[in-house]
Amino acid sequence: MPDVFPPDTVRCDACPVLCYIKRGHAGACDRYANVEGQLVRVDPHILLDRAKSQGTPLVPFLEREGDWDGKIMKGQETFVTAIGAGTTYPDYKPAPFIVSSDVEGVDMVTVVTEGIFSYCGVKLKIDTDRHLGPERNLVRAQGEPVGHVTTAEYGSQMLSLGGVHHLTGGSKSEGRVTCETLLDLCNGREVELTIDEGASVRVAAGKPPVVNGQREERMRVGCGSATIGMFAKQWFGKVDDVVVVDDHITGVLSEHQAGKLLGVRETGIAIQGRRSTPGRYFQVAEPGTGWGGTNISDPLTILKPFKAKFAWPHLRLLMVSTTGEQFAYYELDEALRPVERELPEALKESVGRIRENCEPALTTVLFMGGAGGSLRAGVTENPVKLTDSVKRKLTRVTCGGAPAYIWPGGGITFMVDVTRMPENAFGYVPTPALVAPIEFTLKKDDYAVLGGHVDYVRPLGDVLKEKERQRQLSSHAQNPWPLKPHAGSSES
Amino acid sequence: MRDPALIRMLPDGRRMHLRDGPIDLIIEANGSPQAVSAAHEAAARRFVSILDELCGELPLLRQPARKTSERPRGMIARRMFAAVEPYGQDCFITPMAAVAGSVAEEILESMTAAASLNRAYVNNGGDIALHLGDRQSYKIGMVERPDRPSLFGSLEITAADSVRGIATSGWRGRSFSLGIADAVTVLASCAAAADAAATVIANAVNLPDHPRVTRVPAWDISPDSDLGELLVTRDVGLLSRLEIDTALENGVRVATLLRERGLIHSAALCLQKCVRVLPGLTTKSECDRRDGFPRLRAPEVHARLEFAGRTKPHA
Repeated sequence: MPDVFPPDTVRCDACPVLCYIKRGHAGACDRYANVEGQLVRVDPHILLDRAKSQGTPLVPFLEREGDWDGKIMKGQETFVTAIGAGTTYPDYKPAPFIVSSDVEGVDMVTVVTEGIFSYCGVKLKIDTDRHLGPERNLVRAQGEPVGHVTTAEYGSQMLSLGGVHHLTGGSKSEGRVTCETLLDLCNGREVELTIDEGASVRVAAGKPPVVNGQREERMRVGCGSATIGMFAKQWFGKVDDVVVVDDHITGVLSEHQAGKLLGVRETGIAIQGRRSTPGRYFQVAEPGTGWGGTNISDPLTILKPFKAKFAWPHLRLLMVSTTGEQFAYYELDEALRPVERELPEALKESVGRIRENCEPALTTVLFMGGAGGSLRAGVTENPVKLTDSVKRKLTRVTCGGAPAYIWPGGGITFMVDVTRMPENAFGYVPTPALVAPIEFTLKKDDYAVLGGHVDYVRPLGDVLKEKERQRQLSSHAQNPWPLKPHAGSSES
Repeated sequence: MRDPALIRMLPDGRRMHLRDGPIDLIIEANGSPQAVSAAHEAAARRFVSILDELCGELPLLRQPARKTSERPRGMIARRMFAAVEPYGQDCFITPMAAVAGSVAEEILESMTAAASLNRAYVNNGGDIALHLGDRQSYKIGMVERPDRPSLFGSLEITAADSVRGIATSGWRGRSFSLGIADAVTVLASCAAAADAAATVIANAVNLPDHPRVTRVPAWDISPDSDLGELLVTRDVGLLSRLEIDTALENGVRVATLLRERGLIHSAALCLQKCVRVLPGLTTKSECDRRDGFPRLRAPEVHARLEFAGRTKPHA
C-alpha cells in the first residue's frame, strides 16, 4: 500500500473490508463511491429528490440516513423513477412499482416500470456547418450500419439512428452494434460514427461534436448574407464596405439589399466565387478549418483588385467571419491596395457582437420510443385506455423524471432529451433492445377509472422503506416536478 | 456504519439473493420443497459470518502465495490458498484471486450438507459453484463484457462431466486484470480452482508494452489492492487481427499447460469478438470448426443470466 494517499481518499466503513476509495472511484462492492471526497451510495433504484436548491446530484448517504429512520420525507418531495425498477415484460402483470403519494390533497399514482423498447432510436442534432455526408447515406458504427443522414437544419445536421430495422431486421452484429451505439449515446457516452462518402464524427449528448478530428466550438450567427442583414445598421457610416466570409454564402455589404436600403455607396468590390444574387456569393473557397468554415487563412485572397472607376483611396474595409472568430480591417492606399490597420474602436463592438451571438455547438440526443401493448398492460388492464388518458393529459409520462414529448396520433410514441435524465438511466437486453425507464403519473381516481391495478398500489412511504436498493438524486433543474398537478404531460 | 447483510428471495420466488459488503450471491436449489428451504436456510446461516471471517485475515490473504507463506486459518481462506498455491512458483498471485469461487463453494457445501438436492448453484458475480445430482445438468451462457451482457457462447454441463466450478475473468470485470482478455471462462473441478485459473489465463492473454493498451498501477485506483504497484489494464484500443491472434495464443499456451497439469477441464478465451476454445469444451456450436478450434457462433439466447454490476436491466 502506498504510504501517502491523496487528501480526498475516503475510507468506507459500510463493511469490514474498509476499502480506501480514491476520488472518482468505487469500493470493492461497486455500491459505495467517492464522489468529490464524499462517501456516496450508488445503488440502482433512483429516487428523485425535489431539491429546493440545486446542489450536487448525489446525496451523501450518511446525512440522509438520519432523515430516513421512521420519518419518511413528505410525499410530494420525492418521486420514484423507473430506473432500476425492473420490468415484467413480456408478462401481463402489474408493473414493478405502482406508488401513491399525496400531492396537495390529491392522491397521485405513479406507475413505474422499465420498458423494453425494440421500437426505438435516437435523433441526433449535430451543430455544425461542415458537410457530414449526403442525405440518406448510411451512418455506421464499428463498420455496421446503425442509421442514416436525414435533413440538414439551420446550423445543424440531423442523423436518425437505430429503429427496429437496424435493431432486429439486419444481421446479428448489426443489431448488437446498433444497440450498443444507442445505449452509449443515451447514457451520455461518446460514440464514433462514420458516414458513407462523408465525415467521421465523435458525438456525445450535450458535448461539442468532433468532426474529422476537429472540435466544433461555436455555431455561426447566420450565413454571411444573414450576418450582413443583421449588422448592416451597426456598420453604416463607420466603414465603407464589409465582407462576411462564410463557406456557404459570403456576404458583401455594399452590394447586399440591406446595404442598398441604407444607401451604402458602391465600392466596386469583386469577390472570387459564384455570385448568387447581389451581395451573396457561393464557393468563395474550399471548405476547411479557416475563416468561416473555408480553407482561407488570408482573406485578401478572395478579393480581386479594386478598380479606380468605383473605389477610392482611404476606403475602409472590414472582413470578418460568420463566427466573429476571425476579422481584419483594411484601408486602401493611393494605388487602391488594401493595407491592414488596427480595428477601429467603433467596429470592435459589432465584431464582438457576432461572437456573442454564436451559440456553443453541441450534439443533442433525443431518445424516441413507443410504449407497446405489454408495457401498457403493466399499467392498466385495458391498455388503450392508458393511451387515451395520456392523450387527454390526465396521465403524465416522464422518463427518469424528465418530461417526455408525446407524439400526436396513435400509440404512446415519445421523445426525451437524455441529458435531462439521471446518469446511466438506460440499460439493454440481448434481444437486442433498449431498456428505458418510463413513469406514468395520474390521479388515483383516474387510475381506477382506466382499469388500473389498484390492488397493487403501494404508499410512497412503504417504497422508501426499502432503502436497500435505492439511491436519491436531486431533480434536474430544468425539469418540471413530475408530481405537480395540472401540468400537461407534453409541456416541458 | 456497518450495513447489515442482505438476505432475500428475488421476486421470482425461486432464487435467493445474499449480499454482504462486496460479496453478492445468487443461489438456486432444485429438489423437494422441504429440501430447498433447508438449503436456503443453511446458506443464509453460513453466509452471515463469512465476510468477518475473511476480513479477519485480509492482510495475509493479500500477500503473494508461496510455498513458504504463512497459511491462513479460516475455512474459506484455506480454500483460497489451496486454489492459488499451484501457481505461486510461476507468477505473482495472492489468495484473493480465488476469493469469489471459494465463497461460492463454501456456501454450496453448506447447502448440500443440509439437504438432498437434485441440483443447485451458487453464483458469486460470475464465479459459480455447481451441484449436480444424478443425470442433472445446467446450461451455461458465457458473457464477454459484463457491461454489455450478450452471450459469446453457451455450453451444457452434465452430472457425468467432472466440472463443478465455472469462473470468468477479464479486464472489464469487477477485479483487476494484468491481461487484455475481455473474458476468459474456465471450467474446473471446483469453483475456487476455476477462479484462480481464470485469473492466471486472463493475465496471460496479453501484448506486453502495446501502445494501445492503457495500464496503471493497481494502487493508483484502489490504494489497498493486493496487486500493489503492478500495472493493471484500464483500456484496450482496437487491435489488428494479428495482434488479437498473438494475444489469444499467449493465453491458449498457458491454458493448455494448466490442463496438462490437471488444474482445469477447459477454457474459452475471448478478445475483441474473437474466441478460442480449448479442444474438449463441448459447446453448442461445436460443428463450426476452423483453425483447429471449435468456434462459437453468437448463440441464441436461451438462458437467463445474472450479471454483476449496475447495468443489469432486470435487477
